[in-house]
Amino acid sequence: MVDETDKSRKYRSVAYYPGCALEGTAHAYNVSTKAVAHELNLGLKEVKNWNCCGAMEVKNIDPKLQTYLSSRVLSIAANEMGHDVVMSPCNGCYHNLKKAEYDIEHDPDTQDVVERLSAKAGHATYKAGQAETIHALDWIKETIGEEGIKARTRDKLAGLKVANYYGCMYVRPRHIFPEKDKGPGSESTLKPHFMDDILAAAGAENVEFPLKTACCGGAHTLSDSDTSTKLVLNILEAAEAAGADVIATECPTCHTGLELHQVRAETRFGRKTSVKIMYFTQLLGLALGIRPRKLGIQENISDAMEVVIAKRLT
Amino acid sequence: MPIHEKSLIRPENLKTHDNLVIDGINVSGHWSTFIEPRVVTDYNESLEDEIAALPGAENIHRCWQCGSCTNSCTINAIEPRFNPRYWIYLIRVGMESELLRDKDIIWQCVSCNKCTYACPRDVMPEGVMKATAHWLELKGYTPKSPAMHFDEEFTEQVVKRGRIEDTEVLRGFFRRTGQPLLQDWLVEVGWRVAKKLPVLWGIKMALAQVFRPRTRGWRRAQAAIEEYIHEQENERREALGLIGATAANDNADVRKPEAAE
Repeated sequence: MVDETDKSRKYRSVAYYPGCALEGTAHAYNVSTKAVAHELNLGLKEVKNWNCCGAMEVKNIDPKLQTYLSSRVLSIAANEMGHDVVMSPCNGCYHNLKKAEYDIEHDPDTQDVVERLSAKAGHATYKAGQAETIHALDWIKETIGEEGIKARTRDKLAGLKVANYYGCMYVRPRHIFPEKDKGPGSESTLKPHFMDDILAAAGAENVEFPLKTACCGGAHTLSDSDTSTKLVLNILEAAEAAGADVIATECPTCHTGLELHQVRAETRFGRKTSVKIMYFTQLLGLALGIRPRKLGIQENISDAMEVVIAKRLT
Repeated sequence: MPIHEKSLIRPENLKTHDNLVIDGINVSGHWSTFIEPRVVTDYNESLEDEIAALPGAENIHRCWQCGSCTNSCTINAIEPRFNPRYWIYLIRVGMESELLRDKDIIWQCVSCNKCTYACPRDVMPEGVMKATAHWLELKGYTPKSPAMHFDEEFTEQVVKRGRIEDTEVLRGFFRRTGQPLLQDWLVEVGWRVAKKLPVLWGIKMALAQVFRPRTRGWRRAQAAIEEYIHEQENERREALGLIGATAANDNADVRKPEAAE
C-alpha cells in the first residue's frame, strides 16, 4: 500500500509527451487527454521542444538511432525540466521510450551511440534510471484509481458495452516493461486490464473480447493495405460479435488504423461494420461530464456521436 | 540443427503413378508417392553471418527451431507461406536459393512482436525479419518494398525537422511508390471527415502544411544523425561485402536522407 500511495503522488504531476501523432491525426486524443487531466486536476507539463520518438519507421532503418531520438525526449524531461516521470498517451511513443530506458540500461553499444549523438547535438545525455515512462492508463489508474473514478462519475457510462483494445506496443515485447506482470495490482502483458478497470469504474460494461492485444497491422496501414484491412476486420467483427457498441482504444496508430480500414473494408470489400471507435480518454471524459466537443468526438471518422446520443452520454 | 523440412520438397518432385509395377510389386497411387531427389549445391556459408551483421538479427544463432514464432505470427495466420521459423532455418544452414523463393513476402512482417514475446531463446524474430528484408534489398534481390519506402519517407522527415507531419508522410509515400493520392477509400474517408469537422480544424490542418512542425535548434542533431546514418550504411555494406559494388549504390543514396529529394 505504501508503494501505491508513493506512486499516486509521484504521478500527479508529470512531463507530458504527446508525440507527432497527437499533434496530427490523433488530435482528438490529445485534446481529450488534456481535458481529462484538467477535470481531474492532474498536472501535465509538455516536454519542451520535443522531437519524434523515432517510431517503428526509424527503428526499421536503425534501432540505435531510434533509441537516441527517444533518449533526447527523456533527457529534456529529466535534465532540463527536472521531471522523473514522462507520461505518453501514444502506444508507439510509450513503447519506444520504454525500450530506450531498457536498452540504455542494458546495452553498452547503445549507450555509446546515445552519448556520442547527444554530445554532438549539444544536449545532456540521458543516463539510465533518470526518468520513468508511463502510459496514460498507468497515470489515471495510479493517481485517481477506480475508487476515485467511481466517486466522480457515478456510473455515467452504464448501459454502454465496450470492447477494450490495447494493441501490440503496450504489452510486447515483455522485457521492456519490468513493472508489468508483477501480480495483483500490476498490469498484465498477456491479459491487460487497466483500461477495463478504468472504464468499468465509470460504469461501462466490458464485453468479453478475445482480441485485446491482436495486431491491427498499423505498421503497414498504407504500405500493405489489404493485410491491414484483413487484420482490422477481424478486430471489428470480433467486437461486434461480442456485442460491443464501442471499441475503446489507447493508441493513435490503432485508432486511426481501425477507423481508416473500417471505411476501406466497406468501400473495397463491401464488409460494413458499425461498431464505433473511441479513445478511452473520450469515454472517460464523457463519464466525467465533459462536453463531447471538448473531447474532439466530432473528429472520429466512425461517427461516434451517434452512440453518444443514443446512450445519452452527454 | 537437423530437421525434417517438408517445405524443401518441391511439388514437381513428388511423383505419383497411376499404374506402375516394379519387380512384380504394384507401387501405384498416393500411398506410394516417390520423392525425386535433388542436390543443393549453392550453399552460401556466410549467409547467417551477413544477416546477423544487420541490426535486429544479432541473436539468430540462438534459435533451436521450436516454431513458437511461426505459431504466434499474425501474418502467418493469413499467409501460410510467411514462416519465420523456416526462414531462420534456411538462413542458418545457408540455403540462400530456398530463402529467395519467399523474397517478396518477407517485408510483410507487421512488427506486432508476438514472436519476440513467445520466443524462449530470445532470438527476437521480429528483428530477424527486418534484417532479412534489409539484406534482400541491400543485395539487390528485391526492389525496395512499400514498407521501406514508408520508413524512408518518415525517417527523412524526422532527420530533417525532428518531427513528422502525418499528411506529408502520406503524400510522400504515395509519391515514392507511384500511387495516386486519390484512392477511392481515402476519398471516402475525406468526405466522412469533412462533413463533421469544424472549419477551425481545417484551417489548422492547412497551416500545418505551411508551418511544418519542427523541433527548434534541430540543426546540430540533424548533422550528427546524418553522419551516423552514413557511417552505419558503410559498415553494413562492408559486412555484406558490397563496398564498391554497384548493386548497393541506389539503395544507399536514398537511405541518406538529404540526397533523396
